[in-house]
Amino acid sequence: MQVSVSMPDDQKSVPSHDIVVQTMALTRDFGGVSAVDHVTLTVNRGEIFGLIGPNGAGKSTLMKMLTTLLPPSSGTALVAGCDIVKEPAEVRRHIGYIPQLLSADGSLTGYENLLLSARLYGVPRQERKPRIEDALKRMGLASATHRLVGHYSGGMIRRLEIAQCLLHRPIVLFLDEPTVGLDPGAREAVWERVLELKDRFQRTMIVTSHHMDEIDAFCDRIALIDRGRIVAVGTSAELKAKVAPGATLDDVFVRLVTGAGEAEIGESYGDVRRARRAEREHG
Amino acid sequence: MAMSGERAAPSASMVERSLGVALAEYATQTFAVTMAEVQKLYHDPLELFTRAVQPVLWLMLFGEVMARVRGVAPGNIPYIDFLAAGILAQSALFVAIFYGIAAIWERDLGVLQRYLVSPAPRSALVLGKGISAGVRALSQALIVYILAFVLGVGIDLNPLNILGVAAIIVAGSGLFSTLSLIIACIVRTRERFMGIGQVLTMPIFFASNAIYPLSLMPPWLAWVSHINPLTYEVDALRALMLTHGASDYAISIDFAVLLATWAVLTSVAARMYRRMGY
Repeated sequence: MQVSVSMPDDQKSVPSHDIVVQTMALTRDFGGVSAVDHVTLTVNRGEIFGLIGPNGAGKSTLMKMLTTLLPPSSGTALVAGCDIVKEPAEVRRHIGYIPQLLSADGSLTGYENLLLSARLYGVPRQERKPRIEDALKRMGLASATHRLVGHYSGGMIRRLEIAQCLLHRPIVLFLDEPTVGLDPGAREAVWERVLELKDRFQRTMIVTSHHMDEIDAFCDRIALIDRGRIVAVGTSAELKAKVAPGATLDDVFVRLVTGAGEAEIGESYGDVRRARRAEREHG
Repeated sequence: MAMSGERAAPSASMVERSLGVALAEYATQTFAVTMAEVQKLYHDPLELFTRAVQPVLWLMLFGEVMARVRGVAPGNIPYIDFLAAGILAQSALFVAIFYGIAAIWERDLGVLQRYLVSPAPRSALVLGKGISAGVRALSQALIVYILAFVLGVGIDLNPLNILGVAAIIVAGSGLFSTLSLIIACIVRTRERFMGIGQVLTMPIFFASNAIYPLSLMPPWLAWVSHINPLTYEVDALRALMLTHGASDYAISIDFAVLLATWAVLTSVAARMYRRMGY
């Protein structure tokens, strides 16, 4: 198996309770093909961890397993100290997930969306209103509190979804292509908020993106996935050094990825169609 | 690195939550799902009015003609009275049976994934959806009541009876919308769902006592009607809604059948709902 896990030196001294996500030979098969194939990796507290790879490489499938949406075929993972197979309900208490599709409900206001989340996550009644207002303010949405989300811009919806994820103060946040379909200004605004979460609250984040510039600029460590396997892990500098002096992350991607996802599993025609439809719906 | 001071107490305290706290949380989560649906109706109530069209047509066209045929309604209640309760159940059924399409729509949008990654038990999510379908159906009950008045149906306005009607409508709609959700979990696309929804509504409707009594049916059809939850819904509605209405099975039996069926369907749907996240 082609798993070259090169960890930065400082990590070896980090005590184990600071590992927030640990996957162990995590595998998911779809009809005999492994969408995710024995993936073993660790993510540390306070890290922004980037997942890159071609369409259908298994990034979304990996995220769906870590967020307990999809049970693994074999292997398991610990997320925030809880086993995704044995105690999925406990895992869900400690994570936030922003799917690739737009998950905020367009026919509710921003406030109502957050109230729904606060209730689902068991935020105590007297804390709901202050936390919702604080989250909206932090995400720059205070003035849009009582507007229907169907009238929000794409970037505002993404920020609302991040706000939604913050109400229950998760230990780890999963962001599946948080900037897909956004203009450069909106992308920057989303990343600004993500970085604030990292710097001020030491939240751990796992992010996928096809924008190599974003991954390069904001992720502490990066894993490159191809055909369900981890091809390389490390800091941006380490990955670039593997390929050639002066290489960019784009070069890393092109050189290390062998086959552009022909056997697309996780992101099939139906998913793409749904994603497009969702984008059209929410503008 | 130290944990962020802002975060709530870690999982150890959560494990020791008492049963009462867990139940309260379950109720809140169910309520959250129902409230979200009610808020959507508040923002866009148009569908409540468009839904009124169907029962109006049934009562004013079908009902007025059939009222001229003697001997359909049992005993001495006028046919239009007999029909009013049946049409109330039927109009609620026709809306509930297509409820699953909303789940497919939510899945396509990504809203459903958001429900599924929350710590709410899947049964709380399904139950919340079912109750919200029941709440929506109450608007139809209001319309049928008004219409029945206009048509001179003998309506019982005892508040307890009206409450009883509301409870039966919520249970019946909850039950059929949950059945619809199960179908949605199986077929997963809107196109397939539309076909199956059409195929289902007619047998449920005609193999019931909604527009004619079981006594007029051939034995095999009467037998099918006996295991049809809609029959029990209509039976209870006739007894509670009409001044001269009477129940064939006893209202308590009707209610028990509806609640038990709803409970079974909810537990089945809770198992299948998670697969919508794949």
